[in-house]
Amino acid sequence: MKSIKIGVAVILALLMVTAPMAVAGTLQDVQKAGVLKAGVNGGVFGFSMPDEKGVWKGLDVDTARAIAAAVFGDANKVKYVPLTAVQRLPALQSKEIDVLCRNTTQTLTREAANGLLFAHVNFYDGQGFLVPKKLGVKSAKELTGATVCVLPGTTTEMNAADFFRKNAMKWKPVVIESTTELSKAFFAGRCDVLTSDSSQLAAHRSVAPNPKDYVLLPEIISKEPLAPVVRQGDDQWFDVVNWTMMALIQAEEFGVTSKNVDEMLKSKDPEIQRFLGVSPGLGKDLGLDNKWVYNVIKQVGNYGEIYERNVGVNTPLGLERGLNALWTNGGLMYAAPFR
Amino acid sequence: MANAIQPSRKEEIKPPVVHVGVVGWIRKNLFNNWLNSLLTVVTVFLLLKTVPPFVRWAFIDSVWNTPAQACRHATGACWSIIPHNYRFIIFGFFPYNLQWRPLLAMIMLFVLLFFSQNRKHWKKSLAYSWIAGLFIMGLLLKGGLFGLKSVESTQWGGLVLTLLLSVFGLTAAYPLGVVLALGRQSKMPAVKTLCIVYIEMIRGVPLISLLFMASIIFPLFLPEGVTINKIIRAQAAIILFTAAYIAEVVRGGLQAMAKGQYEAAESMGLNYYQTMRLIILPQALKIVIPPTVSILISAFKDTSLVVIIALYDLLKTTQTVLSDPRWLGYSREAYIFVAIIYFLGCFSMSNYSRKLEKELSRGD
Repeated sequence: MKSIKIGVAVILALLMVTAPMAVAGTLQDVQKAGVLKAGVNGGVFGFSMPDEKGVWKGLDVDTARAIAAAVFGDANKVKYVPLTAVQRLPALQSKEIDVLCRNTTQTLTREAANGLLFAHVNFYDGQGFLVPKKLGVKSAKELTGATVCVLPGTTTEMNAADFFRKNAMKWKPVVIESTTELSKAFFAGRCDVLTSDSSQLAAHRSVAPNPKDYVLLPEIISKEPLAPVVRQGDDQWFDVVNWTMMALIQAEEFGVTSKNVDEMLKSKDPEIQRFLGVSPGLGKDLGLDNKWVYNVIKQVGNYGEIYERNVGVNTPLGLERGLNALWTNGGLMYAAPFR
Repeated sequence: MANAIQPSRKEEIKPPVVHVGVVGWIRKNLFNNWLNSLLTVVTVFLLLKTVPPFVRWAFIDSVWNTPAQACRHATGACWSIIPHNYRFIIFGFFPYNLQWRPLLAMIMLFVLLFFSQNRKHWKKSLAYSWIAGLFIMGLLLKGGLFGLKSVESTQWGGLVLTLLLSVFGLTAAYPLGVVLALGRQSKMPAVKTLCIVYIEMIRGVPLISLLFMASIIFPLFLPEGVTINKIIRAQAAIILFTAAYIAEVVRGGLQAMAKGQYEAAESMGLNYYQTMRLIILPQALKIVIPPTVSILISAFKDTSLVVIIALYDLLKTTQTVLSDPRWLGYSREAYIFVAIIYFLGCFSMSNYSRKLEKELSRGD
């Protein structure tokens, strides 16, 4: 056993020597590496998934691209690291990735106990119910005695149990392990109701033999604010990620899009001039180029463009803006002022 | 009487039709007693119930190369999922216009494997061509030299990754397993204990837990800023795991050797290495070809477990395609395609092992 110990000691010593000595902030590390390492899910259509050419697409992917555009002025300098639900937090802690854009719900435990920080939300999700139209159900409160298709071991299952218990309704869960089998079972009529996050329900509905035969019930029974995550203890890097998200939202509010951003540079509005870096100042405080917002919007687009491109009404998911609309349109997307 | 009675053609009495030909064979083999008759009837019934619908689904009502929408109306299989997505399934994230490189590497691998099948080619030159081949394949995948664009190993995926994990996993695990088996038989207590502890510890945990440790726990112990490639970590876990199993199989072969073999070698004045290399191992390894091959086959299939640490091997790329809403629900077609690829790999391995066994036992 002694030889093992010596071996381990030697290996550790070697690694110590090869490790970079002074550890700077994440922003400096990212700039030095020349590439942003972003943890993604990899299997959720509309959020992060490779297309048939192996190119990453989705709302989370575009969030990462926006951060890369802010840091390097080039949205393509991202290395995507697909992670499972178990892997995602250790990957962030062990610095395998710089930022986690993997439809992760902001919760107290994750921030306080796991040492993470959630930036501005990039998608407000919530658990809902999908039912066939012919059932004639208008509200989830009418689902007494229903059989409900649900994935096991997720918060989804617990939320549904809580909901039915709270409303003193009987229900019969039909637990199915795989997402594809789940929707197959639902459309084959093995259960009356399918429950999942509403963005997922939209994906399920899009593959129905006839999507119009199914409706989403109005009740949303859980709050799932999905946001990019960074490690605690590096406030500058948190600011970069957080304000990149805010810039996407603010650009939509200003009406700055990837198409008109060049004209907007000539705008007389002092707010927009400051925002796009025509009158300097805002980038430097973050440790970024003054033109960082221009780069982000030019290459990735504003939040509205990102939303419509990946999950909006014209995509297979066909999601309305809902909670994800700007605050001026009755949604929750609200950016602090760029001053 | 010129015309003698012609020798009348002997009238051969044919056996009754029910005893020869197809009917006879059927009676003899399928209906020779009541139990077999019953089994035949049940089997035929089951085949009639399953095969025609399957053929109908897979070939007659199926669509082959249509957009996803057309599949919604098809009553049979939607094979269109394969032509639309095969490049992602096979090459993963490898840059689209550079995919000829992994293709060429795979062809080289198959050519080398095919060439190495024949024992007549087992010479030094073969070893050199493998070394050169592996170098060129690595260059094709990684790039960065001779004007080839560099491709990060995180972008390797699909069948390429499965083959990479399997070929390197199996070739590295085999010699390691042999060394471990010899170590376990060793008379030196330190070596012996070490090998036993290693083998029993690895065999005591499932491969999934090793992969988890390699991918989640191990990086937390590394000092700041040091990260080891995910593929290498998974590869190491697979090698360590397979080696422990091979070690036990080889030990079985070593124990089957008669004591006389060792004594004979000793009386010839051979030292330990010569004894093992010239006398014991060639015989022992030959005995254990069948169990070794079944371990190699299951290790080949086990590489698909890297799915759980989010490496995009053949199975994971297929699953990814299936979570695209356009193709959601055609899992049967996609999994049949993957099953065929795995079957070809496993079947050729077991076929080759049988051939090798036959050739090696010719001298007996």
